[in-house]
Amino acid sequence: MTSQLEAGRRPEPLIFEMSSPGRIAYSLPALDVPDRPVEECLPAGALRRTAPELPEVSEVDVVRHFTRLSQIQHGVDIGFYPLGSCTMKYNPKVNEDMASLPGLAGVHPYFPEELVQGALELLYRMERYLCEIGGVSRVSLQPAAGAHGELTGLLMFRAYHADRGENRTRILIPDSAHGTNPASAIVCGYQTVEVPSDHRGGVDIEALKRLMGPDVAGLMLTNPNTLGLFDENMATVAEIVHSQGGLLYYDGANANAIMGIARPGDTGFDVVHFNLHKTFATPHGGGGPGSGPVGAVAKLEPYLPAPLVDADGDRYRLAYDRPRSIGRVKSFYGNFLVVVKAYAYIRSMGAEGLLRVSEDAVLNANYLMRKLAEHFHLPYDRHCKHECVVSGVWQKDRHGVRTLDMAKRLLDYGFHAPTIYFPLIVPECLMVEPTETESRQTLDAFAGTMAHIAGEAESDPDLVKGAPHTTPVKRLDEALAARKPNLRWRPE
Amino acid sequence: MGAGHRYLPNTAADRRQMLEALGLGSVEELFADIPDRVRFKGKLELPAPMSELELVRHMAALAGRNATVDEYVTFRGAGAYDHFIPSVVSHITGRAEFYTAYTPYQPEVSQAVLQAIYEYQTLICELTGMEVANASMYDGATAAAEAAIISSQTLTGRRRVVVSSALHPEYRETLNTYARGPGLAVAEIPTEGGVTPPDRLRKALDSSTACVIIQQPNFFGCVEDMDALGEAAHAAGAHFVACVDPISLGVLKPPGEYGADLAVGEGQPLGVPLGFGGPHLGFFAATGKLTRRMPGRIAGMTLDADGKRGFVLTLQTREQHIRREKATSNICSNEALCALAATVYLCLMGKQGVREVATQCLKKACYAQEQLEPAGYPLAFAGPFFREFAVRSPVPVERVNSTLLADKIVGGVELGRWYPELQDSLLVAVTEKRTRQDIDRLVAGMGGLR
Repeated sequence: MTSQLEAGRRPEPLIFEMSSPGRIAYSLPALDVPDRPVEECLPAGALRRTAPELPEVSEVDVVRHFTRLSQIQHGVDIGFYPLGSCTMKYNPKVNEDMASLPGLAGVHPYFPEELVQGALELLYRMERYLCEIGGVSRVSLQPAAGAHGELTGLLMFRAYHADRGENRTRILIPDSAHGTNPASAIVCGYQTVEVPSDHRGGVDIEALKRLMGPDVAGLMLTNPNTLGLFDENMATVAEIVHSQGGLLYYDGANANAIMGIARPGDTGFDVVHFNLHKTFATPHGGGGPGSGPVGAVAKLEPYLPAPLVDADGDRYRLAYDRPRSIGRVKSFYGNFLVVVKAYAYIRSMGAEGLLRVSEDAVLNANYLMRKLAEHFHLPYDRHCKHECVVSGVWQKDRHGVRTLDMAKRLLDYGFHAPTIYFPLIVPECLMVEPTETESRQTLDAFAGTMAHIAGEAESDPDLVKGAPHTTPVKRLDEALAARKPNLRWRPE
Repeated sequence: MGAGHRYLPNTAADRRQMLEALGLGSVEELFADIPDRVRFKGKLELPAPMSELELVRHMAALAGRNATVDEYVTFRGAGAYDHFIPSVVSHITGRAEFYTAYTPYQPEVSQAVLQAIYEYQTLICELTGMEVANASMYDGATAAAEAAIISSQTLTGRRRVVVSSALHPEYRETLNTYARGPGLAVAEIPTEGGVTPPDRLRKALDSSTACVIIQQPNFFGCVEDMDALGEAAHAAGAHFVACVDPISLGVLKPPGEYGADLAVGEGQPLGVPLGFGGPHLGFFAATGKLTRRMPGRIAGMTLDADGKRGFVLTLQTREQHIRREKATSNICSNEALCALAATVYLCLMGKQGVREVATQCLKKACYAQEQLEPAGYPLAFAGPFFREFAVRSPVPVERVNSTLLADKIVGGVELGRWYPELQDSLLVAVTEKRTRQDIDRLVAGMGGLR
């Protein structure tokens, strides 16, 4: 990445610091309707008295500012990005082009249905594909992200139980779960109950039996879980939860491991979300937008958000008449242009392509895991799925070098760090997800660098503890940022 | 898949060598821990894979069956607006360094995303007059819903949310859905003459009200008396949540000036494509004292080990990945790339441009309204409006719009869809992109029907 070349260069100023009164970067056609004072149209009391302090810069200032900034940023297109549970796979360029076609990007959401038949057909087909991949009967494309899907799914749980006259108040969540799971459960008005993992990394069946009861609305499960392990007792887990009237929620964050291999709807899950920005190759955008479609098996289907897209022959329409729906979870029909990219991806891969995606993702992760295990502690010694978890405890105990230090040292070598200190149940955790779009050579290079860093931790621990050394900025003081929050620029 | 796939670098030889290194005979062995009874044994029924050329043709065919705002002159708004997007915006958001990154968990190699968020937060604060802003929410509707939840969390014991019926209908629906979790009761205040009457609001508030949500301009395009409405909310001890249009803030008083506790809204007008409704951008800003109650990511300035300025995600103890069930919100992925688009847009428009685009919208909307009135389409509501206004139609609104469509004009949104009492009304939006000629064509088309 460019950062090494850029080290030592003058930091990029804030755009506000480049401002010069009177300079502009915009143009608009001259007003072609009769001009009049604003005060004639609007009451004086409603008017803005002082202009906002927006920058006064030229167009070239703006272009150079953001281009120069972009040169100090890591992304999938620059290098390996093994952030566990984030599935930082390659984002096909053609999909970006497709999403910017005027016939998709320039369509108003309230255009009459006869003017948007292509968009509705795309949504309709996408729903069918996700139903097939997930083994569910219908899918809403409305949720904007994974956590938004969780909120949608759990509200569907509530509605389902309420329809049965049941007031179930608790949601079971394994201790390996993503933080969004308990947060979503709370937003949906549930209490959370943590289920411990067993020594194999799966749900502790005895604990589950003990914790499951008539007041439990359901269990949220990521499978494979955040340890990268498929729950071998999946069928038993489902039986325990279902036998007492509970429901199963599938967190699709790790679905890259299972396409064409196991379908959540077949394995006992009642509601499923997909992360199109993970499994289906849409870019992560520096934090979003994502898309978190939610699927349901037949008994939960009536509760999906409205509208869905229905077809009458070859005519597509938005179906709002869904009396038992939980309602809407956002405006319009979801993050449509993200759905477009995921749709293009599925059409590019086909069934055999998606199966191979999962096979290669799993093969890559296992290959990498075995190489990493030569130098790092492997807490669960079994085949992983699409990601693996190793621990830096040896380096910490023997040399005082923490996982954080090694993660920062990786940045010096041009790699993004894996997810660290998560899942919480593994001390000094490194969660590594290579994805299927990385070659064996890249995996070898990364494993070689990790081995080298393990060597540095032994021979020169201070070098690692002081990392990174070559990045555009050195280790940043996060405690200072939290203690004295400076969250916006202010004019001098 | 014998021939390989363009997105999958492993060759047959690579796979063989990797399996050998693992001491395995086949990939299948890696899946042996999936119990047979949950294993999918069929082949997914999906269309055959396409080459890039086939894909491009297929997508072009689908896209070709949609109308676009380039092809049709559109007077449709109602929460998504056809503003001009300068070329620079997509050139910057199209830089892969930005769009192939994720949440900046490793700040030392993510300074672009972090600095851009910091600049975005500043721009939103300047525009809204608020003290703090987060890095984005999914859209205006979810931002408003989260504002209600945060208000109820902050003002302990208050579980009632009061909204104007002139808050976007889909925002109200979203709020009603979100309200079910924490058990918030949502009450709607009917409008009078297209705006929310402050005295009616006052009567609807009590000591259990957590917040009042008012949209400015409201769904009908009308300008609300935010000073009086805010005063009423505060008199009852409730938060005042202003759901504002960002373009309107070029001329309208910012929420910070009328004492809003939270300012939220839909950022799509700031350089984000219509995209058949998404992805758009929710912005979320607050007073300083609510900083630690904010949902979502926040970037902050700090120093590196050499004392050099840099940016990090901060105040993360509010967030789900740290606090889990104690987080202020469950949001994780947000709309960062749309926030970048808004950042670039606001930098390009600058201090002068933001005012000019707002005043052009206002003046063009006023012109359109003045032409429609003598053509037989009086205002449904007499008060001042910004970029959008409702008119009563002397002929069925469906006929108006089908006639306009034949002339490649998409007329106003039919308000009867959400407001049965407004079956005869159309909501007409006029952005700076509409020319006088466009407006005159609209007026001629509608006027000819009388």
